[in-house]
Amino acid sequence: MAFEGLAERLQGTLQKIKGKGKVSEADVKEMMREVRYALLEADVNLKVVKEFVKNVSARAVGQDVMKSLTPGQQVVKIVKDELTELMGGEQSQISFSTRPPTVIMMVGLQGAGKTTTTGKLANILRKKYNKKPLLVAADIYRPAAVQQLQTIGKQLSLPVFALGTEISPVEIVKQAMEQAKEEHHDVVIIDTAGRLHIDETLMQELKDIRAIKEPDEVFLVVDAMTGQDAVNVANNFNEAIGITGVVLTKLDGDTRGGAALSIRSVTQKPIKFVGMGEKMDALEPFHPERMASRILGMGDMMSLIEKAQSNVDEERAKELEEKFRTQSFTFDDFLEQIGQVKQMGPLDEILKMLPGAGKIKGLENAKVDEKQMDRVEAIIYSMTTQEKTTPEIINGPRKKRIAKGSGTSIQDINRLLKQFEDMKKMMKQMTNMQQKGKKKMKMPGLDSLFK
Amino acid sequence: MSFFKKFKEKMLGATPEAEETVSITNKFKEGLSKTRNQFTSKVNDLVAKYRKVDEDFFEELEEILLQADVGFETVTELMDSLRFEVQRKNIKDTSGIQSVISEKLVEIYNAGEDDITELQLEESGLSVILFVGVNGVGKTTTIGKLAHRLKGEGKNVMLAAGDTFRAGAIDQLQVWGDRVGVEVIKQSEGSDPAAVMYDAVRAAKSRGVDVLICDTAGRLQNKVNLMNELEKIHRVISREIPDAPHEVLLALDATTGQNALVQAQTFKEVTNVTGIVLTKLDGTAKGGIVLAIRNKLHIPVKFVGLGEQMDDLQPFDAEKYVYGLFADGLHLEDEE
Repeated sequence: MAFEGLAERLQGTLQKIKGKGKVSEADVKEMMREVRYALLEADVNLKVVKEFVKNVSARAVGQDVMKSLTPGQQVVKIVKDELTELMGGEQSQISFSTRPPTVIMMVGLQGAGKTTTTGKLANILRKKYNKKPLLVAADIYRPAAVQQLQTIGKQLSLPVFALGTEISPVEIVKQAMEQAKEEHHDVVIIDTAGRLHIDETLMQELKDIRAIKEPDEVFLVVDAMTGQDAVNVANNFNEAIGITGVVLTKLDGDTRGGAALSIRSVTQKPIKFVGMGEKMDALEPFHPERMASRILGMGDMMSLIEKAQSNVDEERAKELEEKFRTQSFTFDDFLEQIGQVKQMGPLDEILKMLPGAGKIKGLENAKVDEKQMDRVEAIIYSMTTQEKTTPEIINGPRKKRIAKGSGTSIQDINRLLKQFEDMKKMMKQMTNMQQKGKKKMKMPGLDSLFK
Repeated sequence: MSFFKKFKEKMLGATPEAEETVSITNKFKEGLSKTRNQFTSKVNDLVAKYRKVDEDFFEELEEILLQADVGFETVTELMDSLRFEVQRKNIKDTSGIQSVISEKLVEIYNAGEDDITELQLEESGLSVILFVGVNGVGKTTTIGKLAHRLKGEGKNVMLAAGDTFRAGAIDQLQVWGDRVGVEVIKQSEGSDPAAVMYDAVRAAKSRGVDVLICDTAGRLQNKVNLMNELEKIHRVISREIPDAPHEVLLALDATTGQNALVQAQTFKEVTNVTGIVLTKLDGTAKGGIVLAIRNKLHIPVKFVGLGEQMDDLQPFDAEKYVYGLFADGLHLEDEE
C-alpha cells in the first residue's frame, strides 16, 4: 500500500507521545524532528515539511493541549488534522459542464500514466456517472500512443477518436469536438502527449488545445513516486495552462507518496483521483480525510464499506438472507458470494483498510491466497446441478469425479463439504437466535457490510 | 591549480581527444541546463549571502541538497564530510567552499568503485541486454536509443518485444525498430513474455546477431507475482545462453524521489541489475537521486537520457555530470 513507510514511521513516533499525561515542549520538539525526517524520506517537499512542522508545533505546545486530560492523544489529533488539511480537506468532486459535452484534458510529464488514466477515467464516468465518453488520441509524438489508446478503447468498448499522427493535435481536438456533438457524447477526454514543463513549444500547443473549447477539467497526471520536483512540475503546468485537479498514479507501489501531500499544498489544486493498479477499474476518488487516517494507522472503514456497497446488490442480499433463514442456501449461492468478495479487489488491500490492521503481527506481509478461492470455485463448477442443491448425495464415486474434474484431491472436496455444512449450521443457530428475539448475535460489522 | 581549472581543462580539452569530449560535454551542459541553473545559482546565492562558513550556511546548503532529491541519509553523510573538510582546511569564508562542495560530490560518485560505465558485451557471439524497471520510466524509448547507438558502432542488433501487457507497447517498440532499422521479435499482446524471450534468443542465435536487447513490461517492485515473472524471464534467457543476460539495465526516471532506491534494491535482488539508465534527466530540475544510488547501492549508472532525439542517450560520466551541474561556476572562477 502506498504511504506505508510514512505511516510506519509516523505511527512509531506518535505511539511514543500518545500515552503521555504531560507533553512538554521538549517532547514536541523531539517528535517533530522525527516527523520531519519521516516526511522528507517520503518525498514531501521541503517547504511543505517546514510549514507542516511549524503548524503542528505551534498548536501542540498551545494551551488546549496542555490543559487537556489526554494531551498525548490531543497531539495525535492535531497531526491528523494538519495532515488532512495538507491533503486538501474535503473530497473534491469532478465538475461537469451544464452544457455538454464536458471537456476533460489530461496533461503531464512523459510516463506519468496519462493514456492509461484516460481509459480508467472514461470507465468510471460511464459506470458511476452514466456518461457516454469519447476518448481523443491527441498524442501524436510518442510512437504507438494512438494505438495504445485505441487498444484501451477496444478493451472497454469505448469509442476513440484518432486521426493518426500526421495531423496536428489542435486539429484533431477540433474535429473530435464536432464528432462528439454529432454523436451526442456528453464527455470528451483528451489524451495529450507527455511533455516537459519547461518545453515551451509543447506547452504552447496545450494552450492552443485549451483555447478550442474551455475545458471543464484539466487534470495533471502525476506519478506518485516523483520526488521534490513534483511541486515544480505542478506549478509550471498550473501557471502555463491552469490545471483544475490532480490525478496521482502508481499509488499501488510502495512509494511513500509525499508528492500527494506537497502538490495540493503548494498549488491549492485538489487531488481528484488516485490510480491503484494496472487494471482498468483501478482508479479511485481521493479522500483526504480517509487517507490521513490510513497513514496514521486508524484504518479506513468508510472506503471498505463503500467498496462492499458498490459491489453487493441489495436485492440479492435480501434474497440471500431469506435463504439463510429457510436453510435453502446452496453451493450456487456460495459461488455467488465468492464472486462478490473477489470483486471488491485484492483481499490483502481490503484487510489493510481495517482499523489497527497494520499493527497485527504478521498481517503486514500477509498474502491472502486468492488461488484457494479459485480452487473452491473449480470444485463447485465440477458439481452437477443436483449435487449443488443437495450436497448430501455426494458419495465416494461422485467425489472422485468432482476431484478429477476440478483438478483437486478428494481431501479438498471433503474439506469444502465440511466447511459448507458448518456454515449452514452456524446460520441456523444465528437465525434461531434472532427469531427468539434474544440478544441479537451478529458478527460485528458484518451486516452493515452486506446491506 | 584549482580543482575547477583542472576539471575544465580535462573537459574542454587542451588534450587530444578534445573535440568529441567537448561535444558530449556540451550535451550534458544542455540537457542539464535546468539543473545547473537551479542548483548552481542556489549555491551561488548561498555563497553570496553568507560570507562566513557557519552553521546557518550548512543548514541552508543541506536544504538545497535535500531539494535536489539527494535523500536524507546521503545528505547527512555529505554534510559531515564537508564539515570535516572545512575544519581541516580551516576554511573561514565561503568563497573557497564551492570547489570543496563539488569535489565532495565527485568523490561520492566515485567512492571505491571500479567505474564500469561501459557495457560489458561479448567480443564475439551473442550478447543479451535485459531492460527492467517500473511503469513509465522510458524503457522502450531507451531501448530504441540504445539500439541506434549500438548499430552506429557497427553492431548487428535485434529487439525482443517482451512487454506483452501494456496496450500498444509492442507497436511502440516496432516503430523504434523501423526507425533504427533493426528487426523486432514479437508475439501477440497478452502472450507469455518468457516465451517471447525464448523465441528471440533462438532467432538471434540463428541469425548471427551481436546484441539482443529485451524489453519487459513495467512493473512496480512490490508486485510479487510480476517480479516472479521477471525472474522467470531472466531464467529462460540464462538457460539458452549460460552467461546471459550480459547486462541487466534498470531504467530509472530521474524525477523519481526516494523510492528510486527501493526500486534499484528490489530489482537488483530479483534480476541482478548490472547498471542503471537514468532517463528524463533533461526535464528534472534535480539529479540528486544519482548521488544516493551510487552512494548506497553501488550500482553504476551506465547511461543517461538527455532528450527525446535518437542520439540523446549518453554514457554516464560522473565528472561530466558534475561539470554539468557546476559549469556556470567554472566559468565564473575562470574569469576571476
